[in-house]
Amino acid sequence: MAAQSVASAHPSEQTAQEERRYLQVFLWLAVLTAVEIGVIYLPLPHVEIAVMLIVLAATKASLVGLFYMHLAYEKRTLTYIALTPLVLCVFLLFMLTPDLGAFTRLLTHQTPQAGSGEAHPSE
Amino acid sequence: MSSVAVAEHHLEIEPAESPLTPESWGKLGMWVFLAADAMSFGGLLAAYGALRYGDPTWPRPSSILGIQLTALMTFLLVCSSVTMVEALAGIRHGNQGKLRRFLFLTILGGVIFLTLQAFEWNKLIFHEGQSIRKNLFGATFFILTGFHGMHVFSGVVYLSVILTRGLLGKYSAERNSEVEIAALYWHFVDLIWILVFTFVYLL
Repeated sequence: MAAQSVASAHPSEQTAQEERRYLQVFLWLAVLTAVEIGVIYLPLPHVEIAVMLIVLAATKASLVGLFYMHLAYEKRTLTYIALTPLVLCVFLLFMLTPDLGAFTRLLTHQTPQAGSGEAHPSE
Repeated sequence: MSSVAVAEHHLEIEPAESPLTPESWGKLGMWVFLAADAMSFGGLLAAYGALRYGDPTWPRPSSILGIQLTALMTFLLVCSSVTMVEALAGIRHGNQGKLRRFLFLTILGGVIFLTLQAFEWNKLIFHEGQSIRKNLFGATFFILTGFHGMHVFSGVVYLSVILTRGLLGKYSAERNSEVEIAALYWHFVDLIWILVFTFVYLL
């Protein structure tokens, strides 16, 4: 009888814990969103604001992935599948870097008119 | 047992257990799909970053876009993620009423999000003269938010199907893998919006 009551109490306790965690994550997401809005009005250089915003966005995305998509409780390989696009996107950014350099050279060493002429030689 | 009943019984049994997601192969399939979809968004965001970095005349997004409205939209999607996770928790404990109630709220959140996005696009296009062809800012903004909006719309349709099946009593504490797979999609849509909101509206 006692064993039966322990067994029945266990899932409800687990449920309550689960519900509490979902609400905690929700509160964190709401607070971090409010912080993001506040950060853009800070009198700081744009680069510093950008770094803060990226960190905040990564934290929020991780919270959703880990707790709402249950990656924290899944097999590790599934997390690797989920992280693959992130790795490929960083790789893509590195691949785009030479183009970014070319853009910057074009914009810093030439006048806008000459730049637009080079960008559209047929015109 | 009739032949139809035998066929239905066989349909419910998967040929082997997935090594990564023992609950169902469908869940693994959804994860692979989401990884591929994330690369689509990653490509668009990387292109946005490259184009923006190369253009010193790029406008400050907060000077054109309504941050308060999109902050509200972000909050709405976060709320809909909570209702989705509650719907799944409900059916996992065999609570049909909780599943239906929270699924309905999730769909409602998606519909309100789409309505607010339509309002925002209407304001930008017809009152502020923005368009997909006007400049690179307009092109990247409308493609990124439009692509995400299409995902929200698909999610609303997807969840409506799940709700209909829920109303027909197709799910139970033992059989809820379809709800879990749909929930993964919906949370992914929320996760992507968190990134779009930061990179396109705030940065």
